[in-house]
Order: sequence, then structure tokens, then C-alpha cells
Amino acid sequence: MSTTEHVAAAEVEEHHHNHDGHVREDSYFVKIAIILAIVTALETSTYWWPESAQSWAIPALLIMMAIKFFMIASVFMHLKFDSKIFSFMFYTGLALAIFVYMVFLFTFQYFRS
Amino acid sequence: MAIIERPSAVPATVGGAAAPELVTPSRALGVFARPVSSTGWKSWLFTVDHKKLGIMYGAVSLFFFLVGGIEALLIRLQLAAPDNTVLSAGLYNEMFTMHATTMVFLFVMPMAAAFANYFLPLQIGARDVAFPRINALGFWLFLFGGIFLNTSWFLGGAADGGWFMYSPNSSALFSPSHGIDFWVLGLQITGIASLVGAINLIVTVLNMRAPGMKLMQMPVFTWMVLVVQFLLLFAMPVITVALFLLSFQRNFGATFFDVNQGADPLLWQHLFWIFGHPEVYIIILPSFGIISEVLPTFARKPLFGYKFVVFSGAAIGFVGWGVWAHHMFASGLGPVSVAVFSVATMLIAIPTGVKIVNWTLTLWGGKLLFSTAMLFSIGVIVLFTIGGLSGVTHAVAPSDTQQTDTYHIVAHFHYVIVGGAVMGLFAGFYFWWPKMFGQMLDERLGKWNFWLMFFGVNLTFAPMHILGMQGQPRRMVVWPEKLTGDGFFDLAFWNKVASVGSFVIALGVLLFVINIFVTAKRKVKAPLDPWDARTLEWITASPPKEHNFDRIPTVHALDEFFHRKYEEVDTEDGPRLVKVKTAEEILAEEEANADHHIHLPSPSYWPIVLALALPIIAYGVIFNLLLSVVGTALVILAIFGWCLEPSVADDSDYDPPAGGDSTKELATLG
Amino acid sequence: MADIAVHTEHTHHEGYEDHAPHATSTGLSNNKLAMWLFLGSECLLFGGLISTYMLYRGRHEGGPGPDQIFDIPLTSISSFILLMSSLTMVLAVNSAKRKDDRNTNLWLVVTALLGALFVGGQVYEFTAFYQEGLGFTTSLFGSSFYTLTGFHGVHVTLGIIMLLALVAIINRDRITGDKAEVVELVGLYWHFVDVVWVIIFTLVYLIPA
Repeated sequence: MSTTEHVAAAEVEEHHHNHDGHVREDSYFVKIAIILAIVTALETSTYWWPESAQSWAIPALLIMMAIKFFMIASVFMHLKFDSKIFSFMFYTGLALAIFVYMVFLFTFQYFRS
Repeated sequence: MAIIERPSAVPATVGGAAAPELVTPSRALGVFARPVSSTGWKSWLFTVDHKKLGIMYGAVSLFFFLVGGIEALLIRLQLAAPDNTVLSAGLYNEMFTMHATTMVFLFVMPMAAAFANYFLPLQIGARDVAFPRINALGFWLFLFGGIFLNTSWFLGGAADGGWFMYSPNSSALFSPSHGIDFWVLGLQITGIASLVGAINLIVTVLNMRAPGMKLMQMPVFTWMVLVVQFLLLFAMPVITVALFLLSFQRNFGATFFDVNQGADPLLWQHLFWIFGHPEVYIIILPSFGIISEVLPTFARKPLFGYKFVVFSGAAIGFVGWGVWAHHMFASGLGPVSVAVFSVATMLIAIPTGVKIVNWTLTLWGGKLLFSTAMLFSIGVIVLFTIGGLSGVTHAVAPSDTQQTDTYHIVAHFHYVIVGGAVMGLFAGFYFWWPKMFGQMLDERLGKWNFWLMFFGVNLTFAPMHILGMQGQPRRMVVWPEKLTGDGFFDLAFWNKVASVGSFVIALGVLLFVINIFVTAKRKVKAPLDPWDARTLEWITASPPKEHNFDRIPTVHALDEFFHRKYEEVDTEDGPRLVKVKTAEEILAEEEANADHHIHLPSPSYWPIVLALALPIIAYGVIFNLLLSVVGTALVILAIFGWCLEPSVADDSDYDPPAGGDSTKELATLG
Repeated sequence: MADIAVHTEHTHHEGYEDHAPHATSTGLSNNKLAMWLFLGSECLLFGGLISTYMLYRGRHEGGPGPDQIFDIPLTSISSFILLMSSLTMVLAVNSAKRKDDRNTNLWLVVTALLGALFVGGQVYEFTAFYQEGLGFTTSLFGSSFYTLTGFHGVHVTLGIIMLLALVAIINRDRITGDKAEVVELVGLYWHFVDVVWVIIFTLVYLIPA
């Protein structure tokens, strides 16, 4: 490439870099991963909870599942740093799936204990 | 016969120079090189041009329309008289299954895709879609999937479980032939086309609009197609799951629908209708979009309540996800579910009613021109309303308990599908034919086409309301003499009327086909703007040049094209619309200011190769798994080829022109 | 891989944005938007498989049920491995954004290895279940369990193939267009597959029947 093209490319590069937001430090993601690992360990621990605590297990597990889901989606998949349009597309699909399949299970009386 | 115009060899850089001599490829069969033909059959086989793909979608859909129509006529022949013997029971089951499957999946959906493919990029001022190779893949998957599905007729019998394929009837025990396997796998193949097409068009609409075109300045057809793509995006995976479960049961012994193992037959029904209800909005919304373009054009007024029409389309798409179990009112859901779904279904009549009101108010006070396209559009309003009214009676669960699975339902959905969706597509044909082919379909034949179809639809399906209320069930191969009834409720009489009506529709369709041939033979060129239209697709040649727009238009308003032609001028009688420019002048201005270095996406082998691999896998599942292995290998090869091929063909892939003249331009497109 | 309208003619060999990103009406990349739309639709796919499983998990006459057959400690180890593979995937994407080819390839390979370890664990698990009497056709629980986890496993396997192919393509400089974006998009797919497992691990394995 000629000099002018190099300069132009470098400017474009700058622009694109800024467009992207700064590249976060690796350590940030490692921290998130450690939190996720801890939550996973907590989840697994419910296997050994005593019978008396089992009724707490289900809501606890669902909450932990949701925490992990949204942490991976918003941090690892970058949704919280990116345009809201991406979040809209993905979470619409997610919301539709949850709605439709919950109604589906309701009609099968799945939630009657 | 020149139905399809040969593509012109327009060079990439426009500016009035004479079209260069064509060059031909020498090495185009190299595995990772890209094809280079711009004329001939190769230019169609490897094309990624949305207009060519749209025409191919349309031609193939039309063929399947005729196939599905013949299947319908055979059904009506069988039902024309009591205890009839035109079709055996087994063949009858195949006939109604394939009639519906063909009409829904191989005609209405792909014909809407044809219009969407051709006109969406033009309406938003783009040169093509976001992912042209994926667009091509979608077409070939449709074609090969549709052919695959229909080879079942010759390979042991077609599917016979009804188009919604309820279990346990769909299991191998009750349907031992391969027909249902062909149905399942064929729909999986065409389903991939719908899904990737949806992703493609959504990205196109969001990302490739002309400068200045805000979302609320897009034509209504584009908006309706956008809503449809979101419906497809989220509904297709659900039927994919259902189809996998059924094929795993039939082919690999899974127990999903095996009642002996404790399976619940409603599992299939729910999964199917969670897809199936959005599906009917997928069927109707494109036609709603088409008539929303036609009505204002021929009323010489802007669409009344543009915002309401757009939002109600989105609302229909959204609320449509909450009503699916109204197809299951008699299945034993229980009173709570039935009540909830009943109310939700009634709600969806509201946004639909909003549209009907807005279309009617568009006509009110307009200077109406009753072209064929306009007649079909008004026909949609009338017939869809009738179908919608019977639909409201079905939403009321107690009355539906009597009506379900009778001909009353058949009446409802044929009014909305044939009277609504299909008539809307025909409006599209007559409206947009001059743009696509540079010729206008004959208006006299068109009016006969319309009236025969309109009359035929009413003759065929109105009596079915009576037949249904009198108890004639769906899908019964014969109706017996002893149940014929007396006087007004004579089943024999109304069945005959319906059967005669079906042939009247067929006659109307035949006239359309004849119209195509007559028009093509005539070779009369259409004017550039025959209807004094309003939207961007008309600021192009007829048919449009390969790159669509010489200069990408900058958009300032809704109905941009109309506003370039007309200005409001104050006169002593008040403000008047005065034509300040003709379409020809506007187009000439665009040509004079053409963009330089227009680049178009290059054609590619891999879409058709990848599409071919999938039916091979499918035949393997049915007959011999070795074939599936071969097909899978071809898929992997095709995907790698796709990802690794260069963006454009190497310059050296082109032969120099025969005369060896180095001043000749390479006929490359990008 | 970009073949949308306006772009320069010759193939690039650096691959890191040496031309301006294509102007789009939203300012967003076509490919990235497409990937997110695809992932949105995949929610409906896995939702259907998960719901079918939830409906049928208790129907296991003639064979073992979830209580008898699941090995939670083992599965939690493979869940942890898949989770860590998401971390290494992020590190690969970050390296790509820094134009560090060597580390990009390193982390992509590590991710693929962890993914392969996960799939290996699944294969081991399924073999053990089969030997203990849970086959695909044994019961509704069996059919729906293997279908759900099998679909997930196939997704992971396709992801591994994509990761390795990506390494090979980066090595041979065959990427046209934005290299970092391609890595990012493969990463989105990979994270999604991990996030589906987060749901499956809880709903299928951990929540008591």
C-alpha cells in the first residue's frame, strides 16, 4: 500500500477501535469467569443439601441459572457493551420461547405438584 | 417464448457508453473459482441476483400452484356426488394432505418470497440483499425440497396424515408407507430456506435502506414482509423440533408419540400449532402489504393511517403468538386453557379490523381506477372480511366445539387464504408485471381472470358454511346419500355447487396462465410508470438494470417517488397537486448522475451444490443411510467451498473477447 | 466472507480492517446482526427440546429414571470445563481485537480442546447410561433426554469444527474482511452453546425430579 493508504488505513483502524469501545483487559473476563465458577459450584452443592433444604433448592437453582445466563450473555457475549438492537433481537427470541413454552407446560398441568 | 427476459450485459461502470462485447469463462469450473457467466442457463443456475431469484421463486411457485390446484379439483370431483368412487380412501387421504401442504409451503409462502425477493431491495433503494448467496441457497432449497416432497407420489405413496399430521395417526403403525417421511424431511429442507431467508431480509431491511429512509418511511409492503420475517425466524424452529421428534420416532424408534409408552398426543398438536398459528399470519401479511401499495395507487390518495396499518401489522404478528390452542378447543385442554385462548383469539380481530378500516378509508373519496390489480385488492378486502367473520365465530369456543373439524372451518380458511392471500398475490402480479417484465398483462383477460376467481371462490366456499353446520366432517372420503338432507340443507346440492365452483376458480387461473403467454407474445413495451405509482421501485428501468439504481436515491419522505413527481401548488381553488416531473424525466436525471464503480455480488456455485446435498441426505434417511453419509460429506465440502471462495472471480478467469480487442470491457459484475 | 455490495475488488491478505467498514443504515455489521438473529431463533429450538424433556422426564416405565442414572459430580465437572471454554473463547476474541494472531490461535485451540473434552465426557456419560439400561428407545425419558443433550452435543461438535477451521484459515491468511469480527461471531455461537448448557445442567440434572 502507498503511504497515503497506510495513513488512511491507520485512521480507519483508530475509528474502528473506538467504535468498538476499548478492548477490556483480560483480567476483567477472568474475574467474571471465577464468579461463574463459584456459582456453578454452589449449584452443584445442592446435590448434597439435606432433605429439609430441598424445597429451597429449586428456586435457588433457577436464580443461579438466570444469573449465569445473563452474565454470559451480557459480558462474554458483549451485549451490555454493544448496540441495544442486538439485545432486542436475542432477548425477544428468549422471551417468546419462555412465554410460549411455559404456556405449553401449563396446559399439560405441569406446574401442579 | 420469451417469458423471461435475457439479462442485459450492462457493464459495471455506467455512463452511457455502448454495452461491451460479452466475454466467456475458460476456467470457471475450478473448485474455488467463481462462475462468471452473465447470460445463458449458467447465469441463472449460479445467480445471486435478487431479481433473477425472485423470478425463479415465482415460476416454481406458480407450477406448484397448478399441482395443488389439480389435487383440489380431484378432491372436489370425489365429493361432487354421494358415495363417489373417483378416489379410494387411501388416495383421498394423500390428496387432501398434499393439496394443503403444496398450497401452503410450495405456493403461497414461496410466491410471497418471490415478491419479497424481487421488490424489497428495490423498495428500500438497495442493490441487492445483505447475503446474496444465502438468498440463492434459499431458492434452491425450496426447489429441491419441493421436488423431493413430491417424489413420494412415485415412491410408495404420498403423505396421508393431513397437513397438520396429528399423532398417533402419523406413526408408522397407522401410516406405514414412506409418505410421511418424505413430508417430514421435505419440510425440514424448505424450512431451512425460510429461516435463512428471514435472517437475510431482516438484516437487509435494517441495514441497507437508502440514505434518508427512516423505518417509518418504508413502504407498507416492506413493513409487512419485515414482520413476516420475524414470524418465520421464531416460528420455524418450533416446527423443526416437532418434525425431528416425528422423524426420530418413525425412523429410529423414539417413543415421543407412542401412547403405549405414556406419550401425550397433544405434544405434537401444541408444537405444530405454536408454529402453525404464526404461519397463517406469515401467509396473509405479504398480501396485506401488496394491497396496501395497490389501493392508494389506484385511489390516487395516500394510504389512510399509514402508522396504524404498520403498527397493526406488527400487533398481529405479536398477538399471533398467544392464540395457537384455538386449533385445539376440542382436544381436551380443559376449561381454563380454552377460555384464555378464546379471549386471546378474539383480541386479534382488533388489529385486523383496523387494517380493513384503513383500507376502506383509503378508497373513500379517492378517484378510483378499477384496474385488475385494484379489483383483486378490493376483492381481498371483501373476501377476507367474510373469512374473518367466520373466524370470529370460531374464536368463541362453545360454537367452535360444533364447528371444529367440519366444513365450516374449511370455508373459513379458504376464504381468508384464497380470498385473502391468493387474491392479494394476483393483485401483485398485475401491479408489478410491467416493472418485472417490461410488459403489461392484458387488462381485459385480467378482468375475466378476476371475476371468475371472485365468483368461483364464493361459489365454492360459501356453501361450505352450510355443509359444516349440517355436520359434514372434514377429510371424509365420501358422504353418504342417506345423510343428504332436505330443502335448503340438501348436502347433495351444495356439494355439487362447491365442486362446480372449484372448476370456475380453475378457469380463472387458466385465464391468468393464458394471459402470461398472450402478453409475452405481444411484445408491446409497457410505459415506465403505467400506474402513476408512489414508491421507489418505480424509479428504475422496466425491467430494472442488473444494479437496480444508477444512483442510490436519497429519500426525504414516505412515497418518495410520488413526491418527486407531484408538488402542492396554491391555486385560487386551494392547494392542488401538480405534476412537475414525469417518471421518464426522473429516471433520466438518475442516469445522468449515475454512481461510478458500482459493485455487485458475484455469482457462486455453492448455493446450488449445498442445496442439492440435503435431499441426498433425506433420501438416505428413508432408504439407505450410506446416502446420508455421502450427502453430509457434500454439505461439508459445500460449506468449506462457500467460506473459502474468493469474493470475486480472478480477472484471468475471463477469456478476452473473440476479436482480441483490448479496448473491450470485461463483462464483469463486481 | 463479506459479499455485500460496496467493497473493493481484490482479496485482502492482512484481514484486519484495512478498508472502512461497510456503511449500514444502523451502523451495525451485517454479519453480527445475522448471528444474533440466528441465536434468537435458536432459543425457540432449544426451548422446544427442553419443554419436551420437562414434560416427559417422569415417564420412564421399563427403564431407569433420572434419579437412578445421573452422576451429578461427573456432569458438574464437564459443565465446569465448558464454562471455562467460554473464558478461553473470550480471550481468543480479545487477542483477535489486538491483532495478535499467535494468541488468537492459541486460545482458539484451547477452546476447541476444552469443547472436545466436554463432548468426550458426554460420550462417556451416554455410554454408561446405555449400559445401565437407558437407551434412546427405552422410554419417553430416554428419547427426550438423548434428543436434547444430543442436539446440544452436535452443536458443540459443529462449534469445535468451526474453531479448528478458523485456526487453519487464519494461518493461511484466507480471511477476507474483518478477521476480528469472524472470531467474535464464532465466539457468539460458542457462548450460546455454553449458555444453553447452563440451562440444561440446571433443569435436567440439578432440579430434583
